[in-house]
Amino acid sequence: MAAPNEPKVLATVGTAPAQLDKAVRVENTLRKARGPGDDKIHTWPHLVRVEFLCLLLVLAGMIIWSLLVDAPLEEPAAPTRTPNPSKAPWYFLGLQEILVYFDPWHAGVVLPSFIIIGLMVLPYIDINPKGNGYYTYKERKYEIQTFFIGFHVLWISLIIVGTFLRGPGWNWFWPWDPWDSHKVVALTSVDLPYVFGLRDYWVSAAFGLVLTSAYFVLGTILLYVWVVRKKGKEFMARWGMARFGLVSFLYLNMIAVVLKMVLRLGFNVQYIMVTPWINI
Amino acid sequence: MSKWEQFKEQIVNSPVWQSMFRHGYDDTPRNRVLMVSGNVWLHLHPSKVRRHGVRLKFTWCMGGITFLMFLITIVTGVYLMFYYRPVAEYAYADMKYLEFDMPFGMVMRNMHRWAAHAMVIAVWLHMFRVFMTGSYKPPREFNWVVGVILLVLTLLLSFTGYLLPWDQLSIWAVTVGSNMARATPLLGHEGPFREFVGVNDVYDARALLFGGGEIGPHTLLRFYILHCVFIPLVTTVFLIVHFWRIRRDGLSGPPL
Repeated sequence: MAAPNEPKVLATVGTAPAQLDKAVRVENTLRKARGPGDDKIHTWPHLVRVEFLCLLLVLAGMIIWSLLVDAPLEEPAAPTRTPNPSKAPWYFLGLQEILVYFDPWHAGVVLPSFIIIGLMVLPYIDINPKGNGYYTYKERKYEIQTFFIGFHVLWISLIIVGTFLRGPGWNWFWPWDPWDSHKVVALTSVDLPYVFGLRDYWVSAAFGLVLTSAYFVLGTILLYVWVVRKKGKEFMARWGMARFGLVSFLYLNMIAVVLKMVLRLGFNVQYIMVTPWINI
Repeated sequence: MSKWEQFKEQIVNSPVWQSMFRHGYDDTPRNRVLMVSGNVWLHLHPSKVRRHGVRLKFTWCMGGITFLMFLITIVTGVYLMFYYRPVAEYAYADMKYLEFDMPFGMVMRNMHRWAAHAMVIAVWLHMFRVFMTGSYKPPREFNWVVGVILLVLTLLLSFTGYLLPWDQLSIWAVTVGSNMARATPLLGHEGPFREFVGVNDVYDARALLFGGGEIGPHTLLRFYILHCVFIPLVTTVFLIVHFWRIRRDGLSGPPL
Protein backbone atom coordinates (compact mmCIF):
# COMPACT_ATOMS: atom_id res chain seq x y z
CA MET A 1 0.00 0.00 0.00
CA ALA A 2 1.14 3.50 -0.72
CA ALA A 3 2.58 5.27 2.29
CA PRO A 4 0.11 7.70 3.84
CA ASN A 5 0.72 10.87 1.90
CA GLU A 6 0.82 14.31 3.34
CA PRO A 7 -2.82 15.31 3.66
CA LYS A 8 -3.65 17.54 0.75
CA VAL A 9 -6.59 19.86 0.65
CA LEU A 10 -8.76 18.45 -2.09
CA ALA A 11 -11.64 20.90 -1.92
CA THR A 12 -9.90 23.89 -3.39
CA VAL A 13 -11.67 24.42 -6.69
CA GLY A 14 -13.64 27.63 -6.65
CA THR A 15 -12.97 28.30 -2.96
CA ALA A 16 -12.30 31.83 -1.78
CA PRO A 17 -8.85 32.41 -0.13
CA ALA A 18 -10.32 32.96 3.34
CA GLN A 19 -12.25 29.71 3.16
CA LEU A 20 -9.20 27.99 1.78
CA ASP A 21 -7.14 29.05 4.79
CA LYS A 22 -9.81 27.62 7.01
CA ALA A 23 -9.90 24.35 5.08
CA VAL A 24 -6.13 24.03 5.51
CA ARG A 25 -6.49 24.71 9.23
CA VAL A 26 -9.14 22.00 9.52
CA GLU A 27 -6.95 19.51 7.72
CA ASN A 28 -3.94 20.35 9.89
CA THR A 29 -5.92 20.01 13.12
CA LEU A 30 -7.18 16.66 11.95
CA ARG A 31 -3.70 15.48 11.03
CA LYS A 32 -2.43 16.31 14.48
CA ALA A 33 -5.38 14.61 16.15
CA ARG A 34 -4.97 11.20 14.51
CA GLY A 35 -2.16 8.72 14.67
CA PRO A 36 0.40 8.26 11.90
CA GLY A 37 -1.25 5.09 10.48
CA ASP A 38 -4.69 6.60 10.06
CA ASP A 39 -5.18 7.90 6.54
CA LYS A 40 -8.90 8.50 6.81
CA ILE A 41 -10.47 11.63 5.37
CA HIS A 42 -13.94 13.10 5.56
CA THR A 43 -16.51 11.84 3.08
CA TRP A 44 -17.78 15.39 2.82
CA PRO A 45 -16.25 17.08 0.89
CA HIS A 46 -13.68 14.66 -0.53
CA LEU A 47 -15.68 11.65 -1.67
CA VAL A 48 -18.94 13.51 -2.33
CA ARG A 49 -17.08 15.87 -4.63
CA VAL A 50 -15.59 13.07 -6.72
CA GLU A 51 -18.94 11.32 -6.94
CA PHE A 52 -20.77 14.47 -7.93
CA LEU A 53 -18.30 15.34 -10.69
CA CYS A 54 -18.47 11.76 -11.92
CA LEU A 55 -22.28 11.93 -11.94
CA LEU A 56 -22.30 15.16 -13.94
CA LEU A 57 -19.86 13.85 -16.52
CA VAL A 58 -21.58 10.49 -16.99
CA LEU A 59 -25.03 12.06 -17.08
CA ALA A 60 -23.89 14.53 -19.73
CA GLY A 61 -22.38 11.66 -21.69
CA MET A 62 -25.61 9.66 -21.47
CA ILE A 63 -27.71 12.59 -22.65
CA ILE A 64 -25.44 13.24 -25.64
CA TRP A 65 -25.40 9.53 -26.51
CA SER A 66 -29.21 9.39 -26.31
CA LEU A 67 -29.61 12.46 -28.48
CA LEU A 68 -27.26 11.16 -31.13
CA VAL A 69 -28.05 7.45 -31.35
CA ASP A 70 -31.56 6.04 -31.56
CA ALA A 71 -32.48 2.75 -29.91
CA PRO A 72 -33.30 0.08 -32.50
CA LEU A 73 -36.87 -0.78 -33.36
CA GLU A 74 -37.45 -3.35 -36.09
CA GLU A 75 -40.70 -4.43 -37.75
CA PRO A 76 -43.49 -5.75 -35.51
CA ALA A 77 -43.07 -9.14 -33.89
CA ALA A 78 -43.94 -12.01 -36.23
CA PRO A 79 -43.74 -15.36 -34.43
CA THR A 80 -43.85 -17.24 -37.74
CA ARG A 81 -40.90 -15.43 -39.34
CA THR A 82 -37.63 -16.47 -37.74
CA PRO A 83 -34.73 -14.19 -38.64
CA ASN A 84 -31.43 -15.81 -39.55
CA PRO A 85 -29.34 -15.51 -37.46
CA SER A 86 -31.45 -15.19 -34.30
CA LYS A 87 -29.21 -13.76 -31.63
CA ALA A 88 -29.79 -13.41 -27.90
CA PRO A 89 -29.07 -10.01 -26.28
CA TRP A 90 -25.37 -9.24 -26.67
CA TYR A 91 -24.43 -10.00 -23.05
CA PHE A 92 -25.61 -13.60 -23.48
CA LEU A 93 -23.82 -14.19 -26.79
CA GLY A 94 -20.85 -15.83 -25.05
CA LEU A 95 -23.25 -18.48 -23.79
CA GLN A 96 -24.90 -18.77 -27.21
CA GLU A 97 -21.44 -19.20 -28.72
CA ILE A 98 -20.61 -22.18 -26.48
CA LEU A 99 -23.81 -23.82 -27.75
CA VAL A 100 -21.64 -24.69 -30.74
CA TYR A 101 -19.50 -26.84 -28.48
CA PHE A 102 -21.96 -28.12 -25.86
CA ASP A 103 -25.59 -29.25 -25.70
CA PRO A 104 -28.17 -26.69 -24.50
CA TRP A 105 -28.59 -28.20 -21.01
CA HIS A 106 -24.82 -27.90 -20.56
CA ALA A 107 -24.09 -24.55 -22.23
CA GLY A 108 -27.33 -22.86 -21.23
CA VAL A 109 -28.01 -24.18 -17.75
CA VAL A 110 -25.12 -26.03 -16.12
CA LEU A 111 -22.22 -23.79 -17.16
CA PRO A 112 -24.00 -20.50 -16.30
CA SER A 113 -24.87 -22.00 -12.90
CA PHE A 114 -21.22 -22.93 -12.41
CA ILE A 115 -20.19 -19.38 -13.35
CA ILE A 116 -22.58 -17.88 -10.79
CA ILE A 117 -21.65 -20.39 -8.08
CA GLY A 118 -17.96 -19.98 -8.86
CA LEU A 119 -18.21 -16.21 -8.51
CA MET A 120 -20.16 -16.50 -5.26
CA VAL A 121 -17.72 -18.87 -3.56
CA LEU A 122 -14.69 -16.84 -4.66
CA PRO A 123 -14.18 -14.99 -1.32
CA TYR A 124 -14.39 -18.28 0.57
CA ILE A 125 -12.00 -20.33 -1.54
CA ASP A 126 -9.38 -17.59 -1.79
CA ILE A 127 -7.62 -17.61 1.58
CA ASN A 128 -4.71 -15.41 0.52
CA PRO A 129 -4.78 -12.53 3.02
CA LYS A 130 -2.57 -10.33 0.82
CA GLY A 131 -3.80 -7.85 -1.75
CA ASN A 132 -6.75 -6.60 0.29
CA GLY A 133 -7.47 -3.05 -0.73
CA TYR A 134 -4.71 -2.35 -3.24
CA TYR A 135 -3.63 -3.37 -6.73
CA THR A 136 -1.00 -6.06 -6.92
CA TYR A 137 -0.14 -8.78 -9.40
CA LYS A 138 2.84 -10.34 -7.64
CA GLU A 139 1.01 -11.19 -4.42
CA ARG A 140 -2.01 -12.75 -6.17
CA LYS A 141 -0.65 -14.23 -9.41
CA TYR A 142 -2.84 -17.34 -9.57
CA GLU A 143 -6.09 -15.65 -8.60
CA ILE A 144 -5.61 -12.98 -11.23
CA GLN A 145 -4.59 -15.50 -13.92
CA THR A 146 -7.69 -17.61 -13.23
CA PHE A 147 -9.96 -14.58 -13.34
CA PHE A 148 -8.25 -13.51 -16.56
CA ILE A 149 -9.01 -16.84 -18.27
CA GLY A 150 -12.61 -16.86 -17.06
CA PHE A 151 -13.57 -13.24 -17.52
CA HIS A 152 -11.43 -11.88 -20.34
CA VAL A 153 -10.49 -14.90 -22.41
CA LEU A 154 -13.78 -16.79 -22.16
CA TRP A 155 -16.63 -14.45 -21.26
CA ILE A 156 -15.57 -11.28 -23.10
CA SER A 157 -13.91 -12.75 -26.16
CA LEU A 158 -16.76 -15.21 -26.76
CA ILE A 159 -19.19 -12.31 -26.63
CA ILE A 160 -17.09 -10.55 -29.26
CA VAL A 161 -17.11 -13.69 -31.43
CA GLY A 162 -20.87 -14.15 -31.01
CA THR A 163 -21.63 -10.52 -31.73
CA PHE A 164 -19.33 -9.72 -34.63
CA LEU A 165 -18.18 -12.97 -36.21
CA ARG A 166 -21.32 -15.11 -36.35
CA GLY A 167 -23.76 -14.74 -39.22
CA PRO A 168 -26.58 -16.77 -40.80
CA GLY A 169 -26.74 -20.37 -39.61
CA TRP A 170 -24.43 -19.28 -36.78
CA ASN A 171 -21.61 -19.74 -39.30
CA TRP A 172 -18.35 -17.89 -39.02
CA PHE A 173 -18.17 -14.67 -41.06
CA TRP A 174 -15.26 -12.24 -40.91
CA PRO A 175 -16.35 -8.62 -40.81
CA TRP A 176 -15.42 -8.22 -44.49
CA ASP A 177 -17.35 -11.35 -45.60
CA PRO A 178 -20.85 -10.72 -46.95
CA TRP A 179 -23.53 -12.57 -44.96
CA ASP A 180 -24.48 -15.38 -47.31
CA SER A 181 -27.46 -17.21 -45.86
CA HIS A 182 -26.87 -20.10 -48.29
CA LYS A 183 -23.30 -20.67 -47.17
CA VAL A 184 -22.67 -24.40 -47.06
CA VAL A 185 -20.55 -25.67 -44.22
CA ALA A 186 -19.89 -29.41 -44.17
CA LEU A 187 -20.98 -30.96 -40.87
CA THR A 188 -18.32 -33.61 -40.67
CA SER A 189 -17.71 -33.67 -36.95
CA VAL A 190 -17.61 -37.07 -35.28
CA ASP A 191 -17.64 -38.25 -31.69
CA LEU A 192 -14.35 -38.92 -29.96
CA PRO A 193 -14.94 -42.70 -29.44
CA TYR A 194 -15.52 -42.95 -33.22
CA VAL A 195 -12.18 -41.26 -33.86
CA PHE A 196 -10.57 -43.99 -31.78
CA GLY A 197 -12.19 -46.64 -33.96
CA LEU A 198 -14.93 -47.70 -31.56
CA ARG A 199 -18.17 -48.60 -33.33
CA ASP A 200 -20.19 -50.40 -30.66
CA TYR A 201 -22.67 -48.11 -28.88
CA TRP A 202 -22.14 -49.29 -25.30
CA VAL A 203 -18.38 -49.65 -25.67
CA SER A 204 -18.30 -46.06 -26.95
CA ALA A 205 -20.43 -44.88 -24.03
CA ALA A 206 -18.16 -46.64 -21.54
CA PHE A 207 -15.08 -45.20 -23.24
CA GLY A 208 -16.48 -41.67 -23.06
CA LEU A 209 -17.47 -42.10 -19.44
CA VAL A 210 -14.03 -43.37 -18.49
CA LEU A 211 -12.34 -40.57 -20.41
CA THR A 212 -14.46 -37.86 -18.81
CA SER A 213 -14.00 -39.27 -15.31
CA ALA A 214 -10.29 -39.66 -15.94
CA TYR A 215 -10.09 -36.01 -16.94
CA PHE A 216 -11.54 -34.88 -13.62
CA VAL A 217 -9.68 -37.41 -11.45
CA LEU A 218 -6.29 -36.93 -13.12
CA GLY A 219 -6.83 -33.19 -13.32
CA THR A 220 -7.53 -33.01 -9.60
CA ILE A 221 -4.48 -35.14 -8.74
CA LEU A 222 -2.25 -33.05 -11.00
CA LEU A 223 -3.56 -29.84 -9.48
CA TYR A 224 -2.99 -31.26 -5.99
CA VAL A 225 0.61 -32.19 -6.74
CA TRP A 226 1.22 -28.82 -8.38
CA VAL A 227 -0.21 -26.86 -5.45
CA VAL A 228 1.78 -28.87 -2.89
CA ARG A 229 4.97 -28.38 -4.89
CA LYS A 230 4.36 -24.65 -5.41
CA LYS A 231 2.92 -23.67 -2.04
CA GLY A 232 3.89 -26.52 0.28
CA LYS A 233 2.02 -29.08 2.39
CA GLU A 234 1.36 -26.53 5.10
CA PHE A 235 -0.62 -24.35 2.70
CA MET A 236 -2.66 -27.30 1.49
CA ALA A 237 -3.55 -28.21 5.09
CA ARG A 238 -4.68 -24.64 5.69
CA TRP A 239 -6.64 -24.54 2.43
CA GLY A 240 -8.50 -27.73 3.29
CA MET A 241 -9.97 -30.45 1.09
CA ALA A 242 -13.39 -28.83 0.70
CA ARG A 243 -11.91 -25.63 -0.71
CA PHE A 244 -9.41 -27.47 -2.86
CA GLY A 245 -12.07 -29.83 -4.23
CA LEU A 246 -14.35 -26.94 -5.16
CA VAL A 247 -11.53 -25.00 -6.81
CA SER A 248 -10.37 -28.04 -8.72
CA PHE A 249 -13.87 -28.94 -9.94
CA LEU A 250 -14.69 -25.41 -11.10
CA TYR A 251 -11.26 -24.87 -12.62
CA LEU A 252 -11.40 -28.14 -14.56
CA ASN A 253 -14.86 -27.25 -15.87
CA MET A 254 -13.54 -23.92 -17.06
CA ILE A 255 -10.55 -25.48 -18.79
CA ALA A 256 -12.87 -28.12 -20.27
CA VAL A 257 -14.64 -25.36 -22.22
CA VAL A 258 -11.32 -24.36 -23.77
CA LEU A 259 -10.36 -28.00 -24.47
CA LYS A 260 -13.71 -28.75 -26.07
CA MET A 261 -13.36 -25.72 -28.31
CA VAL A 262 -9.88 -26.83 -29.40
CA LEU A 263 -11.12 -30.37 -30.06
CA ARG A 264 -14.05 -29.11 -32.09
CA LEU A 265 -12.34 -26.42 -34.11
CA GLY A 266 -9.03 -28.23 -34.55
CA PHE A 267 -10.06 -31.88 -34.72
CA ASN A 268 -13.76 -31.90 -35.68
CA VAL A 269 -14.78 -33.71 -32.52
CA GLN A 270 -18.49 -33.47 -31.67
CA TYR A 271 -18.90 -35.23 -28.31
CA ILE A 272 -16.44 -36.82 -25.93
CA MET A 273 -19.04 -38.83 -24.07
CA VAL A 274 -22.21 -40.19 -25.70
CA THR A 275 -24.80 -41.89 -23.51
CA PRO A 276 -28.57 -42.43 -23.93
CA TRP A 277 -29.20 -39.60 -21.46
CA ILE A 278 -26.59 -36.94 -21.85
CA ASN A 279 -23.83 -36.07 -24.30
CA ILE A 280 -20.79 -34.13 -23.29
CA MET B 1 -24.44 44.02 5.28
CA SER B 2 -26.19 44.41 1.96
CA LYS B 3 -29.93 44.08 1.49
CA TRP B 4 -29.48 40.76 -0.24
CA GLU B 5 -27.41 39.31 2.58
CA GLN B 6 -29.92 40.51 5.15
CA PHE B 7 -32.66 38.82 3.19
CA LYS B 8 -30.64 35.61 2.97
CA GLU B 9 -29.93 35.73 6.68
CA GLN B 10 -33.61 36.09 7.40
CA ILE B 11 -34.52 33.08 5.29
CA VAL B 12 -31.77 30.87 6.68
CA ASN B 13 -32.67 31.78 10.26
CA SER B 14 -36.41 31.31 9.77
CA PRO B 15 -38.01 28.41 11.66
CA VAL B 16 -39.19 26.83 8.39
CA TRP B 17 -35.69 26.74 6.89
CA GLN B 18 -34.18 25.59 10.18
CA SER B 19 -36.69 22.75 10.36
CA MET B 20 -35.63 21.50 6.91
CA PHE B 21 -31.87 22.07 6.95
CA ARG B 22 -30.22 21.55 10.29
CA HIS B 23 -26.72 22.72 9.44
CA GLY B 24 -25.02 24.96 6.94
CA TYR B 25 -21.80 24.63 5.02
CA ASP B 26 -19.46 25.45 7.90
CA ASP B 27 -16.12 23.78 7.25
CA THR B 28 -15.52 22.31 10.69
CA PRO B 29 -14.77 18.67 11.45
CA ARG B 30 -18.08 18.34 13.28
CA ASN B 31 -20.07 19.81 10.43
CA ARG B 32 -18.29 17.65 7.85
CA VAL B 33 -19.50 14.59 9.73
CA LEU B 34 -22.99 16.06 10.12
CA MET B 35 -23.16 16.73 6.38
CA VAL B 36 -23.01 12.99 5.79
CA SER B 37 -24.66 11.50 8.86
CA GLY B 38 -27.50 14.05 8.90
CA ASN B 39 -28.49 13.49 5.28
CA VAL B 40 -30.49 10.42 4.39
CA TRP B 41 -28.95 10.16 0.90
CA LEU B 42 -25.35 10.93 1.79
CA HIS B 43 -25.41 8.70 4.84
CA LEU B 44 -25.16 5.75 2.47
CA HIS B 45 -21.50 6.62 2.94
CA PRO B 46 -19.53 6.24 6.13
CA SER B 47 -18.69 9.74 7.40
CA LYS B 48 -14.96 9.08 7.02
CA VAL B 49 -13.22 7.02 4.37
CA ARG B 50 -9.70 5.89 3.73
CA ARG B 51 -7.79 8.23 1.47
CA HIS B 52 -6.93 5.60 -1.15
CA GLY B 53 -10.59 4.52 -1.37
CA VAL B 54 -11.55 7.92 -2.73
CA ARG B 55 -9.13 8.05 -5.65
CA LEU B 56 -10.68 7.58 -9.05
CA LYS B 57 -7.80 5.43 -10.25
CA PHE B 58 -8.58 3.07 -7.41
CA THR B 59 -12.39 2.82 -7.69
CA TRP B 60 -12.93 3.77 -11.35
CA CYS B 61 -16.21 5.04 -9.85
CA MET B 62 -17.82 1.97 -11.40
CA GLY B 63 -20.10 1.02 -8.51
CA GLY B 64 -21.44 4.55 -8.40
CA ILE B 65 -21.92 4.61 -12.17
CA THR B 66 -23.81 1.32 -12.02
CA PHE B 67 -26.11 2.79 -9.39
CA LEU B 68 -26.50 5.96 -11.44
CA MET B 69 -27.52 3.86 -14.46
CA PHE B 70 -30.05 2.07 -12.25
CA LEU B 71 -31.50 5.44 -11.23
CA ILE B 72 -31.59 6.68 -14.84
CA THR B 73 -33.48 3.58 -15.96
CA ILE B 74 -35.98 4.07 -13.12
CA VAL B 75 -36.66 7.70 -14.03
CA THR B 76 -36.87 7.12 -17.78
CA GLY B 77 -38.67 3.82 -17.26
CA VAL B 78 -41.45 5.39 -15.22
CA TYR B 79 -41.86 7.98 -17.96
CA LEU B 80 -42.15 5.26 -20.60
CA MET B 81 -44.68 3.36 -18.49
CA PHE B 82 -47.14 6.23 -18.86
CA TYR B 83 -47.35 5.57 -22.59
CA TYR B 84 -46.85 1.86 -22.96
CA ARG B 85 -49.40 -0.95 -22.71
CA PRO B 86 -48.06 -4.51 -22.30
CA VAL B 87 -50.68 -5.97 -24.63
CA ALA B 88 -49.63 -7.65 -27.89
CA GLU B 89 -52.10 -5.61 -30.00
CA TYR B 90 -50.90 -2.28 -28.61
CA ALA B 91 -47.29 -2.67 -27.50
CA TYR B 92 -45.62 -2.07 -30.85
CA ALA B 93 -48.00 0.77 -31.78
CA ASP B 94 -47.26 2.37 -28.42
CA MET B 95 -43.56 2.20 -29.21
CA LYS B 96 -44.14 4.11 -32.45
CA TYR B 97 -46.42 6.51 -30.61
CA LEU B 98 -43.88 7.36 -27.94
CA GLU B 99 -41.11 7.64 -30.52
CA PHE B 100 -42.95 10.05 -32.82
CA ASP B 101 -45.66 11.77 -30.81
CA MET B 102 -44.72 11.93 -27.15
CA PRO B 103 -42.72 14.91 -25.91
CA PHE B 104 -39.16 13.67 -25.34
CA GLY B 105 -40.42 10.13 -26.02
CA MET B 106 -37.54 9.14 -28.29
CA VAL B 107 -34.80 10.56 -26.11
CA MET B 108 -36.33 8.94 -23.02
CA ARG B 109 -36.48 5.56 -24.76
CA ASN B 110 -32.93 5.98 -26.04
CA MET B 111 -31.68 6.88 -22.60
CA HIS B 112 -33.50 3.95 -21.02
CA ARG B 113 -31.96 1.50 -23.44
CA TRP B 114 -28.44 2.90 -23.46
CA ALA B 115 -28.40 3.23 -19.67
CA ALA B 116 -29.46 -0.41 -19.42
CA HIS B 117 -26.58 -1.48 -21.68
CA ALA B 118 -24.18 0.80 -19.84
CA MET B 119 -25.34 -0.67 -16.53
CA VAL B 120 -24.42 -4.18 -17.68
CA ILE B 121 -20.96 -3.00 -18.75
CA ALA B 122 -20.46 -0.91 -15.60
CA VAL B 123 -21.45 -3.75 -13.28
CA TRP B 124 -18.94 -6.06 -15.00
CA LEU B 125 -16.21 -3.44 -14.72
CA HIS B 126 -17.17 -2.88 -11.07
CA MET B 127 -16.79 -6.61 -10.43
CA PHE B 128 -13.46 -6.62 -12.26
CA ARG B 129 -12.22 -3.66 -10.21
CA VAL B 130 -13.36 -5.17 -6.90
CA PHE B 131 -11.59 -8.38 -7.87
CA MET B 132 -8.38 -6.58 -8.83
CA THR B 133 -8.17 -4.68 -5.53
CA GLY B 134 -9.04 -7.83 -3.57
CA SER B 135 -11.93 -5.99 -2.00
CA TYR B 136 -13.94 -9.21 -1.63
CA LYS B 137 -11.53 -10.36 1.06
CA PRO B 138 -12.48 -10.27 4.75
CA PRO B 139 -14.57 -8.61 6.05
CA ARG B 140 -16.41 -8.09 2.75
CA GLU B 141 -16.89 -11.72 1.61
CA PHE B 142 -20.64 -11.70 1.90
CA ASN B 143 -20.97 -8.35 0.21
CA TRP B 144 -19.27 -9.87 -2.85
CA VAL B 145 -21.93 -12.61 -2.83
CA VAL B 146 -24.65 -9.95 -2.68
CA GLY B 147 -22.84 -8.24 -5.56
CA VAL B 148 -22.95 -11.41 -7.66
CA ILE B 149 -26.70 -11.64 -7.01
CA LEU B 150 -27.03 -8.01 -8.12
CA LEU B 151 -25.01 -8.78 -11.25
CA VAL B 152 -27.44 -11.59 -12.15
CA LEU B 153 -30.41 -9.33 -11.36
CA THR B 154 -28.95 -6.65 -13.66
CA LEU B 155 -28.81 -9.15 -16.52
CA LEU B 156 -32.37 -10.31 -15.79
CA LEU B 157 -33.62 -6.73 -15.68
CA SER B 158 -32.07 -6.03 -19.05
CA PHE B 159 -33.26 -9.33 -20.51
CA THR B 160 -36.90 -8.94 -19.44
CA GLY B 161 -36.93 -5.40 -20.80
CA TYR B 162 -35.63 -6.66 -24.12
CA LEU B 163 -39.01 -8.20 -24.96
CA LEU B 164 -41.20 -5.17 -24.31
CA PRO B 165 -40.84 -3.29 -27.67
CA TRP B 166 -42.51 -6.36 -29.20
CA ASP B 167 -40.59 -6.14 -32.47
CA GLN B 168 -38.70 -8.82 -34.37
CA LEU B 169 -35.47 -8.05 -32.55
CA SER B 170 -37.03 -8.45 -29.14
CA ILE B 171 -39.12 -11.59 -29.52
CA TRP B 172 -36.40 -13.55 -31.27
CA ALA B 173 -33.66 -12.48 -28.89
CA VAL B 174 -35.83 -13.49 -25.95
CA THR B 175 -36.82 -16.73 -27.69
CA VAL B 176 -33.19 -17.68 -28.22
CA GLY B 177 -32.26 -16.61 -24.70
CA SER B 178 -35.11 -18.48 -23.07
CA ASN B 179 -34.87 -21.67 -25.10
CA MET B 180 -32.14 -22.76 -22.72
CA ALA B 181 -34.79 -23.12 -20.02
CA ARG B 182 -36.46 -25.98 -21.88
CA ALA B 183 -33.14 -27.85 -21.75
CA THR B 184 -32.89 -27.60 -17.96
CA PRO B 185 -32.07 -31.02 -16.52
CA LEU B 186 -35.18 -32.54 -14.89
CA LEU B 187 -37.29 -29.37 -15.29
CA GLY B 188 -37.20 -28.71 -19.05
CA HIS B 189 -39.14 -30.74 -21.61
CA GLU B 190 -36.04 -31.15 -23.78
CA GLY B 191 -33.58 -31.54 -20.92
CA PRO B 192 -31.91 -34.72 -19.74
CA PHE B 193 -33.78 -36.86 -17.17
CA ARG B 194 -37.10 -35.11 -18.01
CA GLU B 195 -38.95 -38.43 -17.92
CA PHE B 196 -38.46 -38.65 -14.15
CA VAL B 197 -40.47 -35.46 -13.64
CA GLY B 198 -43.01 -35.72 -16.42
CA VAL B 199 -42.67 -32.21 -17.82
CA ASN B 200 -44.03 -31.33 -21.26
CA ASP B 201 -43.91 -28.34 -23.60
CA VAL B 202 -46.64 -26.41 -21.78
CA TYR B 203 -45.56 -27.47 -18.31
CA ASP B 204 -41.85 -26.98 -17.69
CA ALA B 205 -39.26 -24.39 -16.69
CA ARG B 206 -39.61 -22.40 -19.91
CA ALA B 207 -43.42 -22.46 -19.75
CA LEU B 208 -43.15 -20.98 -16.25
CA LEU B 209 -41.03 -18.16 -17.64
CA PHE B 210 -43.22 -17.66 -20.75
CA GLY B 211 -46.58 -18.17 -19.10
CA GLY B 212 -47.30 -20.79 -21.76
CA GLY B 213 -45.75 -23.17 -24.27
CA GLU B 214 -44.68 -20.51 -26.76
CA ILE B 215 -43.72 -16.87 -26.58
CA GLY B 216 -46.91 -14.79 -26.89
CA PRO B 217 -49.13 -12.10 -25.34
CA HIS B 218 -49.03 -13.89 -21.98
CA THR B 219 -45.23 -13.69 -22.08
CA LEU B 220 -45.37 -9.97 -22.75
CA LEU B 221 -47.47 -9.32 -19.64
CA ARG B 222 -45.31 -11.63 -17.54
CA PHE B 223 -42.06 -9.99 -18.64
CA TYR B 224 -43.60 -6.55 -18.12
CA ILE B 225 -44.45 -7.31 -14.49
CA LEU B 226 -41.05 -8.91 -13.93
CA HIS B 227 -39.28 -5.97 -15.57
CA CYS B 228 -41.19 -3.08 -14.02
CA VAL B 229 -42.16 -4.39 -10.59
CA PHE B 230 -40.76 -7.66 -9.40
CA ILE B 231 -37.07 -7.55 -10.33
CA PRO B 232 -36.64 -3.83 -9.50
CA LEU B 233 -38.07 -4.51 -6.03
CA VAL B 234 -35.79 -7.48 -5.45
CA THR B 235 -32.83 -5.50 -6.80
CA THR B 236 -33.62 -2.63 -4.42
CA VAL B 237 -33.66 -5.01 -1.46
CA PHE B 238 -30.23 -6.37 -2.37
CA LEU B 239 -28.92 -2.86 -3.11
CA ILE B 240 -29.89 -1.82 0.41
CA VAL B 241 -27.93 -4.73 1.84
CA HIS B 242 -25.00 -4.03 -0.52
CA PHE B 243 -24.77 -0.36 0.49
CA TRP B 244 -25.35 -0.99 4.15
CA ARG B 245 -22.57 -3.54 4.26
CA ILE B 246 -20.08 -1.27 2.50
CA ARG B 247 -21.01 1.49 4.91
CA ARG B 248 -20.33 -0.74 7.91
CA ASP B 249 -17.15 -2.33 6.56
CA GLY B 250 -15.63 0.79 5.05
CA LEU B 251 -14.87 1.49 1.42
CA SER B 252 -11.69 -0.51 1.11
CA GLY B 253 -8.84 -2.20 2.87
CA PRO B 254 -8.49 -4.73 5.71
CA PRO B 255 -10.83 -4.71 8.75
CA LEU B 256 -11.06 -1.40 10.55
